[in-house]
Amino acid sequence: MPRPLSPHLKIYRWQIGNSLSILHRLTGIALAFGLLALCYWLVALAGGQRAYASAITVLSSPIGRLCLIGWTFAFWFHCLNGVRHLFWDAGYGFERTQRHASGWLAVFGALALTLSVWVVIWHAAP
Amino acid sequence: MSLQSPLGRVLGLGSAKDGTAHWWAQRVSAVALVPLTLWFLISLLNLPSLDYGTVRIWLSFPLTGLLTVLLAAVLTYHSYLGTSVVIEDYVHAPGTKVASLLLLRFLYVLVGGASIFSVLRVALG
Repeated sequence: MPRPLSPHLKIYRWQIGNSLSILHRLTGIALAFGLLALCYWLVALAGGQRAYASAITVLSSPIGRLCLIGWTFAFWFHCLNGVRHLFWDAGYGFERTQRHASGWLAVFGALALTLSVWVVIWHAAP
Repeated sequence: MSLQSPLGRVLGLGSAKDGTAHWWAQRVSAVALVPLTLWFLISLLNLPSLDYGTVRIWLSFPLTGLLTVLLAAVLTYHSYLGTSVVIEDYVHAPGTKVASLLLLRFLYVLVGGASIFSVLRVALG
């Protein structure tokens, strides 16, 4: 028996609502890999000076830094958009203008906070 | 062939057998993670450096150790709840689905256990 499909992605008009929903899941998956990195960092810290030094070498390599910047954005977006979801769960913010405003706030807030974090890091250790 | 009607087969079973437990656990852990993750990030940014000695001393403070253990536990749990839904959504073959969910659960217990054990080694060592 054919069952209804929703949303049908080939004809679905993309807008901020579904884009941010997909981005929330993608950043969540990215952060699961970030959790592995956090675990690696903690295990290395407990493992002694040499283990920690090699973990820092890996994490501060160009690819390591790129991942860390990506995880910073993923964290801030997932955090802000997660709070947005919690407001919805509590029954607030469903109006069209509110949904759009809070969505853009999550995107630009995450970009601004990511930039702030890395300005602080580069300012401390250039 | 069963003589039971389709309605008779599903009555009393509930929607997914565990109702809203998974959904609620995801929200409760999300609320807990807001202060825990912000504390962790701001604390790390406030350290003079991230070298071995500095981070070991920082993590050996009782409050730091406690909050980092809580962070590792809740973060691992929240991440497990989220990624298991992703597998449930996209992996459809029954055998592969159960196997992936089982593997995922073991992996998360390992990651959470290793993180907490490492923090305790530094904090109590």
